[in-house]
Amino acid sequence: MHRQPALDTSPKVSDEVRQTTCYMCACRCGINVHMKDGPDGKKQVAYIEGNRDHPVNQGVLCAKGSAGIMQVTAPSRLRAPLKRVGARGEGKFEEISWDEALELATKWLKPIRETDQSKLAFFTGRDQSQSFTSYWAQAFGTPNYAAHGGFCSVNMAAAGIYTMGGAFWEFGQPDWDHTKLFMLFGVAEDHDSNPIKIGLGKLKARGAKVIGVNPIRTGYNAIADEWVGITPGTDGLFILALVHELLRAGKIDVNYLARYTNAGVLVNCNEEDPDFGLFLRDDQGCALVIDRATGKPAPAEAAIPDLAATHRHAGVTYKPVLHLIAERYMDAAYAPEAVAERIGISAERIKRIAGEIARVAFEEEITIDQEWTDFRGKKHDKMIGRPVSFHSMRGISAHSNGFQTCRALHMLQILLGSVEVPGGFRFKPPYPKPSYAHPKPHCKVTPGQPLDGPHLGFTHGPEDLCLKEDGSPARIDKAFTWENPMSAHGMMHMVISNAHAGDPYEIDTLFMYMANMSWNSSMNTSEVMRMLTDKKDDGEYKIPHIIYSDAYSSEMVAYADLILPDATYLERHDCISLLDRPICEADGAADAIRWPVVEPDRDVRGFQSVLCELGARLDLPGFVNEDGSQKYADYADYIVNHERRPGVGPLSGFRSEEDTGRGPVNPAQMDKYIENGGFWLKHIPDEARYYKPWNMAYQDWAVETGLYDKTLPYLFQLYVEPMAKYQRAARGHGLIQPPDHLRERIKATLDPLPIWYPPFLDGHADPEEYPVQALTQRPMAMYHSWGSQNAWLRQIHGANPLYVPTKLWQKHGFAEGDWARLTSPSGEITVPVVHMAALNENTVWTWNAIGKRKGAWALDTDAPEVTKGFLLNHLIDELLPERGDGMRWSNSDPITGQAAWFDLRVKIEKVRAPAEAQPAHPAQGSPVPDAPADRSQKVGA
Amino acid sequence: MTDLPTSTARKLGLVIDLDTCVGCHACVVACKGWNTENYGAPLADKDAYGAEPVGSFLNRIHSYEVQPANAPAQLIHFPKSCLHCEGAPCVTVCPTGASYKRVEDGIVLVNESDCIGCGLCAWACPYGAREMDPVENVMKKCTLCVDRIYNENLPEIDREPACVRTCPAGARHFGDFADPESNVSQLVAERGGIELMPEQETKPVNRYLPPRPKDEWAKDAEIDVLAPLLAPVAEEPKGLLGWLDKALERL
Repeated sequence: MHRQPALDTSPKVSDEVRQTTCYMCACRCGINVHMKDGPDGKKQVAYIEGNRDHPVNQGVLCAKGSAGIMQVTAPSRLRAPLKRVGARGEGKFEEISWDEALELATKWLKPIRETDQSKLAFFTGRDQSQSFTSYWAQAFGTPNYAAHGGFCSVNMAAAGIYTMGGAFWEFGQPDWDHTKLFMLFGVAEDHDSNPIKIGLGKLKARGAKVIGVNPIRTGYNAIADEWVGITPGTDGLFILALVHELLRAGKIDVNYLARYTNAGVLVNCNEEDPDFGLFLRDDQGCALVIDRATGKPAPAEAAIPDLAATHRHAGVTYKPVLHLIAERYMDAAYAPEAVAERIGISAERIKRIAGEIARVAFEEEITIDQEWTDFRGKKHDKMIGRPVSFHSMRGISAHSNGFQTCRALHMLQILLGSVEVPGGFRFKPPYPKPSYAHPKPHCKVTPGQPLDGPHLGFTHGPEDLCLKEDGSPARIDKAFTWENPMSAHGMMHMVISNAHAGDPYEIDTLFMYMANMSWNSSMNTSEVMRMLTDKKDDGEYKIPHIIYSDAYSSEMVAYADLILPDATYLERHDCISLLDRPICEADGAADAIRWPVVEPDRDVRGFQSVLCELGARLDLPGFVNEDGSQKYADYADYIVNHERRPGVGPLSGFRSEEDTGRGPVNPAQMDKYIENGGFWLKHIPDEARYYKPWNMAYQDWAVETGLYDKTLPYLFQLYVEPMAKYQRAARGHGLIQPPDHLRERIKATLDPLPIWYPPFLDGHADPEEYPVQALTQRPMAMYHSWGSQNAWLRQIHGANPLYVPTKLWQKHGFAEGDWARLTSPSGEITVPVVHMAALNENTVWTWNAIGKRKGAWALDTDAPEVTKGFLLNHLIDELLPERGDGMRWSNSDPITGQAAWFDLRVKIEKVRAPAEAQPAHPAQGSPVPDAPADRSQKVGA
Repeated sequence: MTDLPTSTARKLGLVIDLDTCVGCHACVVACKGWNTENYGAPLADKDAYGAEPVGSFLNRIHSYEVQPANAPAQLIHFPKSCLHCEGAPCVTVCPTGASYKRVEDGIVLVNESDCIGCGLCAWACPYGAREMDPVENVMKKCTLCVDRIYNENLPEIDREPACVRTCPAGARHFGDFADPESNVSQLVAERGGIELMPEQETKPVNRYLPPRPKDEWAKDAEIDVLAPLLAPVAEEPKGLLGWLDKALERL
């Protein structure tokens, strides 16, 4: 007999749902946090799911997001402010009061502010409040501020901004609803997370084709219909070979190029002329084209150019940009046959992919019946789309040729006419925004006064560099210098080594937020630990003071003198602002908040609120009222009441009855956001949805919304003239001159049209001695170092073997359970290996930031993250190996300074298994109690 | 030993699309979260921060590499949970009647108050879909979120399993396989949905959509059907520019 018990299929789900924003990675999804009354009657987090109304995730949520509950209850959470009592690095602290902590910070920072603010280096890592932290740093007056973009993906962002006014991810996305062919180049699987998965799901449901270009076939690449297992660092060459094929076949969108790009702009082609490589401009400074209608020079924005015309003026020949493109890329050097061996893809396959791109772009054109008017006043009766789209992030970005490779990819999209058209790539507000509409970098220090402007920005020539009067770097990280003139995100990865070396100068206080610099967020981790503890002859630390804010017992905590414990993302206010790294979608502008859905059960405070108080204690302008009292009680107060420009604040929503995005301060704004599910969304009108840089309906909407103060149509820059200005200086022209040792490199690498050159390490490390390339990837279920303290997530990724391709596996006779020694020119590690077939045959890889140091994150000292987990960081130096030219070249992109950690070359040997992965660092002291053994918790029980 | 119902009114279950699953583990953790807080004992974790953390999960992702003869290797992500078999051997083996299959919808459940933790059901399941909770010592398995799918305290749109609701790629589908018009039946028909290990004769309800053919270029590398599209308009830059000018004139 069958029998079954009675079952309540409608149990109570929760007592209340509070909607806020996730912070388990940088994706920033909307979440529904289900609350239940705990045993003490206080509301507790019971369950987290995605918010269906939210523009980013539309209800879905990744593994990290659903595991957020275990982050709040993690035993690694710091409990109170800490003051170091042992030696730096030991991890010995005493808990102190907030008053004492802020007094100590003020004692260190006040003299710096009054004398020389460059003695403070304030760098924030995975900070989602950069428009606020940079505002604080600017008020303090230090030139030394940046977040983590310099070692993340600045190449992609900067190349996109300079080329077309935006890049991927936060800047824009494929037109998932219309694209028919999607090409994904090297991507960190969380950049971005759920929107890409949602998009891929849409393509799969429609049967649209996905091509994955990546040495490693995991994650998104695992479901690609076609996998291109390219040699790392050669993506640029592959892209330019596609361009070669498309140009020869005439498969480019001539009309698009003529109307919306600088393809017709005239370039000085007289190599003897000082202005070689610069545009021909009129008296007003407008770049000129030959007007198709008149045959005469005319401003590019005004005329439709004759793309075939050349022009002679004052003895100089000028050619349109498209001529230079044709001359360069139709050269046999870019033919598939010429590049196939280097990139590891056959010429036939390159041609086939080029053919497929051409077919979809030009034979499967999409037309949307929607009128629109362009910036020249021409009315169009429809929107025509080329349904080929691309996405890429760190995989092609974190190479020393990354900027030019990213430029090449953006150029390819533009040549196809697939940017800002149906089926192609679409910007998300506040983008598109051309490079010249962004700030320029500022670095002028005046004791006791704020900095002269925002720290980070886009340089347009030598006069914009951050140099002191003697030509030395103004910033501790040497951003915006001749070594990397377009370092738009700063260079956080150079701060500690430069400060330790006193080059370009010594600092007094290093102040960091959410940056695990003594572990997974530095190159050459062991050496960084030494630098942080190194002392001068007088016994003082070379970096005298270190202040650090983190919510958890990370590796970096042990190296700080003062710890300001942060609240978790469920316990504090935040804003995801249009002034910052926005979360908009292609069809609308959006911003969002976090709010304390639970109160902290310990003596911790949101870091931004702490900065409000510290700013007041330091009398920073913008943080004190006229009577000297504290201006913002906390971060929430700042979010609602701060105005960056009249009518424009951190949050755009609910500022006025019309709710346009602009408007006066609304004291009820935070409540309105909470009522609205934690976010605000303003849709773009239908006639403004595509062609945004040139579509006047979009331009007017952007002004109304507060994204721009005046309309800002512009042409895409296939040719980036600012780069030619640096080359001009390198040829000896102009007052501001690079040092001699950099001239040749600037001439070679700052080419205003995309080029490919081998990763720098190839010229410093013998490719025969170090024949294998080594990469890291971030797993989709982990966000840098945070996941390991999460009892659920660490069961998914508790160890990170080195994945070895079949050819190397067999060559070295590896078997299951074996270990290998991996050696680079700067270090060695000994780690467990696992065989993987779906992998480029000369590439090994591992998951990043799984390896942990003993004593950190409240993990047991025999946890697999500690005994078997490892970092590749030990093998990567911030400087390239010596080459006998008397120089130590930076291991960075020469244009942006992006850390070139994907250039890594190694050799691999089978070795006897050690007791634990090497190097094994001694345990650091833990400022938190040991974790409980087991977890079994039901809030509602 | 426990009897199965002779038939069930509906056959609720999942379709899992292996062509779309990116292996992100979102379903794994959404399931862990919901079922920790809901049906029965929490899904606990032993040695949660130690050397060998072992927790109970009702759904796990396995990854397999496949090496075709003449094409690059592939990585398949394979989410696995209880398949709610029509001939569920885990039910018939249960000595106390704690394991049972619901007559109204076919969902296989464990009545935890009757479970003695003997583990026979886990041995009987050929798919390894049941897990003994290491702390609570009670048998845990996928409930198909029986406390969500009929739950009147949830908005109607949310009355689906937590794993389906959260799946970012939309690789998981929930429905009634007894209804040929249902979304899941249609997907199975269109995409050739397969039964897992049919030789076991467990008659699983859940179905998997196989990966679509990949890397077709490797199989017909000899036939370059697209070549004519790339017929050059010019071999030299000058030729291209002349062509461009004509192309622009036509506009």
